Amino acid sequence: MKITVKRDSAFEIYELEDGAYTLLEALNKIKRELDNTLSFSSGCRSSVCGSCAMRVNEKEVLACSYKVQEGDLIEPLNNMPVIRDLVVDMDKSYEMNVKAKAWIKTINSEAVLDHEAEKINEVQSDCILCGSCYSSCPVYAVNGEFLGPFSLTRVWKYVSDKRENDAAEKIDTIQTNGIWDCTLCNNCTVVCPQNISSKADIEKLRVRSSMFGYSDPNFGSFGGGFDGGFGFDGSPSF
Amino acid sequence: MKTDVLIIGAGGAGLMAAIAAKEEGVDVLVLTKEYPTRSQTCMAQGGMNAALGNVAEDSVEDHIQNTLKSAHGEADEESIRFMCSEAINAVEYLDSIGVCFSRTGDGKIAQRRLGGASAPRACYAQDYTGLKILHTLYDRANALGIEFVNDTFLLEVLKDEDGNACGAKVLDIRSGELKTYIAKTVILATGGYSRIYDKYSTNSTASSGDGIAAALRAGAKLKDMEFVQFHPTGLKNSSILISESARGEGGYLLNSKGERFTDELAPRDQVSRAIDEQIKKGEDIFLDIRHLGESFIDEGLPQERKLAKLYENVDPVHDLIPIKPVAHYTMGGIAVDNRSQTNVERLYACGECANHNVHGANRLGGNSLLEIVVFGREAGRNAATKAKEVASLSVPAHTECFLEKEFSNTVDFYKYKEKIGNLLYNKVGIVRKKSELKDALEELEMIKSLLPQMGWSDTSAVYNTNKQEFLEFRNIVEVSEVVIQSALGRDESCGAHYMEAQS
Repeated sequence: MKITVKRDSAFEIYELEDGAYTLLEALNKIKRELDNTLSFSSGCRSSVCGSCAMRVNEKEVLACSYKVQEGDLIEPLNNMPVIRDLVVDMDKSYEMNVKAKAWIKTINSEAVLDHEAEKINEVQSDCILCGSCYSSCPVYAVNGEFLGPFSLTRVWKYVSDKRENDAAEKIDTIQTNGIWDCTLCNNCTVVCPQNISSKADIEKLRVRSSMFGYSDPNFGSFGGGFDGGFGFDGSPSF
Repeated sequence: MKTDVLIIGAGGAGLMAAIAAKEEGVDVLVLTKEYPTRSQTCMAQGGMNAALGNVAEDSVEDHIQNTLKSAHGEADEESIRFMCSEAINAVEYLDSIGVCFSRTGDGKIAQRRLGGASAPRACYAQDYTGLKILHTLYDRANALGIEFVNDTFLLEVLKDEDGNACGAKVLDIRSGELKTYIAKTVILATGGYSRIYDKYSTNSTASSGDGIAAALRAGAKLKDMEFVQFHPTGLKNSSILISESARGEGGYLLNSKGERFTDELAPRDQVSRAIDEQIKKGEDIFLDIRHLGESFIDEGLPQERKLAKLYENVDPVHDLIPIKPVAHYTMGGIAVDNRSQTNVERLYACGECANHNVHGANRLGGNSLLEIVVFGREAGRNAATKAKEVASLSVPAHTECFLEKEFSNTVDFYKYKEKIGNLLYNKVGIVRKKSELKDALEELEMIKSLLPQMGWSDTSAVYNTNKQEFLEFRNIVEVSEVVIQSALGRDESCGAHYMEAQS
């Protein structure tokens, strides 16, 4: 079978034995036997470390959980600087967790977590930070300051945690370049290998924000008055 | 680049050490070969031991006794007492920073029984215990403003003229530059060495013993390196782990004739030996969970079904899963005292790369996550305290740089990486013989002598993983040598080190 890999210089075609094996196994074979210079990242081989996220036929996958097929086109993740071949620089998306203050601020030691409470953020805490969601996000593509899917999911994880005594700071933090910038396109949900929906988490954060007195700034300019919401020629100004 | 405490490795132990050191009020910098959260810790599924007694009666003393028994007399009772006593605090701490432990109906942390435990003692977060602990520690490190430098490969631990550790020489993988970090104290948290067994290991490809090899070169002592724990159920072709819970839930082990041949719930070393014996008789070995039924498998063992389909092309609902025992956890490592300090002044170690004398010849399930939290914190605190005593940063003495040596690159190291894995699995594996250990050492010395003829063919400075893998290969060679020598130094069988009598 032949697969095409997007390299720094050009698209390169590699010929491999036919068979049912993972893309990561295919890449390792190329690296060890055909071309020592091919660069990619990998780790656990069992879908929990998040290292081998890349794009196959324009969709984000983990190379270790995708079975390679004849004619596949392999590319690095989108929306992040490519360091080399399939390796991208994820520092900035990791940094979004810091910007979004994704952690418990003040612990409420009185809070009792039961089964039900456990389920509230169980899926969100399955996140492996692979970056597939950032790669698929059209908002992040045009606004590098957008906090982005996995960091907002992480914020929801902590905001929804009964042990967090002081969610206000996190809610304040995600108002700018955060929850209201998301277009709810759902790409992140489609590509997430852990079946997390950041889109749904963002919607929940919007509801929670309204409880803190925030409203959607996109609709804020719709109020009455001649200059409210529309420009002189009648076109929307938002 | 300068800091007070330099930590190398950002898995569970490194992150815990960083948090503890930062909380002592010193400057902390963490270097990691990949990104934080991509370490081996994320692969831990089962749980973390603490005698909370939440679902059945339990005591710290029982935890201590179980651990001592599993260690086969090769551990230090005082260290074990300390770890088991601190376990309850450790779980409370993790709970307080937001780890989503699974809960009982009345809101307590749920616990389950793992092999060798006299009570349900392992606190868990579904099948993702390691992942969730690791990620929450990372979030806490972010909250404290701890700085990370990603894609950094440790070359050497640096020492000053007086022999104190004072920093590290590293390869910046992204730029290809050699860089020096200077610190008052250094903590190694670089993980275990199961990957010396190459394709016969459940571990991440990163577990190549880099920190252990660098510590050895810096004059640190290693201890109990012969103790390598084999997991009975790695997938036959890929060595991907099929969790012990498959047997815990009632899975059988069968040979080619469809016969059961061992107690599936005996300790890991015994089950691995039973399988090994069958394989040597020419049998193929399978894990059978078909009788558990599709709905049960989908509910309780979904990851196992997915991995078996993906890597063996079998669906465990209808098919047998081909398995073999593979290297899983390494008990040996850098010798440290009960303050996590190595014999090199100002050099500390924690996590799987260190040997805190708590696992001895066989680690008890659920004690590895416990170890990284308890001793990660100790290493961080002690290294920070020491850093405060050190008046000023030292100047590193000259260290020879491996990368500046001549390499003709006429011999392919990837082939030898595989050869070493096969050699170790066949001759330094589950059942060992003195004559085979000697053969293995001889063969390894031959491979070591070929190092100057190896090298890397990728000439790019930027993200040269070919060069990085060669550096890992060098560490694999050095660590393997110590493993074989240590195995040769112990005549009697003990836990994971099983010697077959010579006829």
